[in-house]
Amino acid sequence: MSGAAEVMETQARRDVRNRWLLSLPALLIILLAASGPLLIVLVYSFLTPGPYGDVQWQPTVSGWINVFLERDIFDETLSLADAHVSIFIRSVWLSLVTTVLTLLVGFPTAYFIATRPDNSRELWLFLITIPFWTNLLIRTFAILQIIRNEGLINNLMIDLGLFARPVQMLFTDGAILTGMVYVYLPLMVLPLYASMEKLDFRLVEAGYDLYATPFRVLRRIIVPLVKPGIIAGSILVFIPALGAYVTPSILGGGKNLMLGNLIELQFGQGRNWPLGAALSITLMLIVMVALLFYVRNARGSGVRHG
Amino acid sequence: MARQFSVRRQTGFTTIAMICFFALYLPIAVLVIYAFNAGQSLSIWEGFSLRWFVKAFENQHVIEASIRSLQIAVVAALVATAAATMAALATTRTEPYRGLTLKYAFINQPLMIPEIVTAVALLIFFSRIKVWTGYSGLGYLIAAHTAFCIPFAYLPIRARLENMDLTLERAAADLYATPWKTFRYVTLPLLWPGILAGLMLAFVISLDDVVITEFVKSAGQDTLPTYMLGQLRRAITPEMNAISTLFLLLSICIVTVFFFVNKKRI
Repeated sequence: MSGAAEVMETQARRDVRNRWLLSLPALLIILLAASGPLLIVLVYSFLTPGPYGDVQWQPTVSGWINVFLERDIFDETLSLADAHVSIFIRSVWLSLVTTVLTLLVGFPTAYFIATRPDNSRELWLFLITIPFWTNLLIRTFAILQIIRNEGLINNLMIDLGLFARPVQMLFTDGAILTGMVYVYLPLMVLPLYASMEKLDFRLVEAGYDLYATPFRVLRRIIVPLVKPGIIAGSILVFIPALGAYVTPSILGGGKNLMLGNLIELQFGQGRNWPLGAALSITLMLIVMVALLFYVRNARGSGVRHG
Repeated sequence: MARQFSVRRQTGFTTIAMICFFALYLPIAVLVIYAFNAGQSLSIWEGFSLRWFVKAFENQHVIEASIRSLQIAVVAALVATAAATMAALATTRTEPYRGLTLKYAFINQPLMIPEIVTAVALLIFFSRIKVWTGYSGLGYLIAAHTAFCIPFAYLPIRARLENMDLTLERAAADLYATPWKTFRYVTLPLLWPGILAGLMLAFVISLDDVVITEFVKSAGQDTLPTYMLGQLRRAITPEMNAISTLFLLLSICIVTVFFFVNKKRI
């Protein structure tokens, strides 16, 4: 008997070993070209900036101090770095507004798709999937063309007599917001649709049988049931929006910075790699907090409806 | 007559959805239309012409960047899909074992970290290696693309595997098939749609990447998206629309194939 058990155990051990060998290439590639270098960023954030970019190997915390504070060049006193703080606040604020707006538009859209008959549902889903997989740069460029001073919206408004002269929309926070809502909308609709697809309409019917109004049904039945989708969609929009680089750099121009652009600046003209590294880690920490929030909430709602 | 009551109806939702679809496609439609404009303008229509497409094809930078994009995407997608297939086989259809959660976290890690952070990390890391080894070829871009393509290739393959039970593989083994033969003649054909979907996803993701490429590339290694990003900061002509239109066409073709491969059941 013990012989058979032993054979089973060796086999199980061999199975686990084979599984490690099989996953080794993927793990190594990611370690080498994604996860590993993140540790180097952490190291660099504690070094001294070199004169022409890169770093000198002298440990210091000035990179981290510079994230939120700045040293006066005359009397060396520290004060709050208003520029950095306002960019942090603006980035978080714009990302939150983007998330809320995509949710407000995405929720009815996902609901619309989920309530189509089977044969046409595929088509609507396909129409959402196309922008999802088309180049973000091209979609940002498409928005740029529409909102330029000579763009479609301004021309239309002038022709209709609503504007006397072109209204400057490009290079404003509103432009960044429009662009981000536009490019991240499919990221909201798809997870929302995935949870609405499973919605049990008998519960909705029960609500109506008990004389609930459509709005009450929406608020008390549909929204709680699709909460996992709402949270997943919000996270999927919030995280890339917070680290957005392409959209704000094209639609925001040089002045309206977001965190992604501030980080890039340190590795370009700013020539302050340690500060850039410290800013990157800070961004990553904010994302981690958002992810933790997601994990906790997703688990909670999973238990209730699972 | 009153509209028939439906439990599925919510007032205004259909209107919002229609506006949403309209707003999603209007900018893209305008972009495509002006690619065919005879004039210089992006907003005044001066007649139909293919001159900007001709101009794009005569632009040596565009051709070189496109070829480079395709080279990187093909290699990165193939390597990423092979690695992801093996990883998916190793992490599904098993009792939980030590390190399994760690593997999941690792494989999905590129999805969790903002792209700009990975880009900065790779800039720092690869610039060191460039100094040490003196090599500054396409290898860095291919390595970076392969890494962030792995989670995308992994998702559909894993999803497919989780819907396949082990019955057929056990039957093959009972009939004295070697593990390799079982894999080659049973598992692989069943898994094929998942692998194909993973391959296409990885290819599109690699082709579309801007941020990581922008940071990792050496001088003269522009891919099509980074070339376009550079051009967007200068004066724009409908040539950009023409390039974008062709790029869109390629993406739409791949997405269409992906959509149908993914929908097909066993």
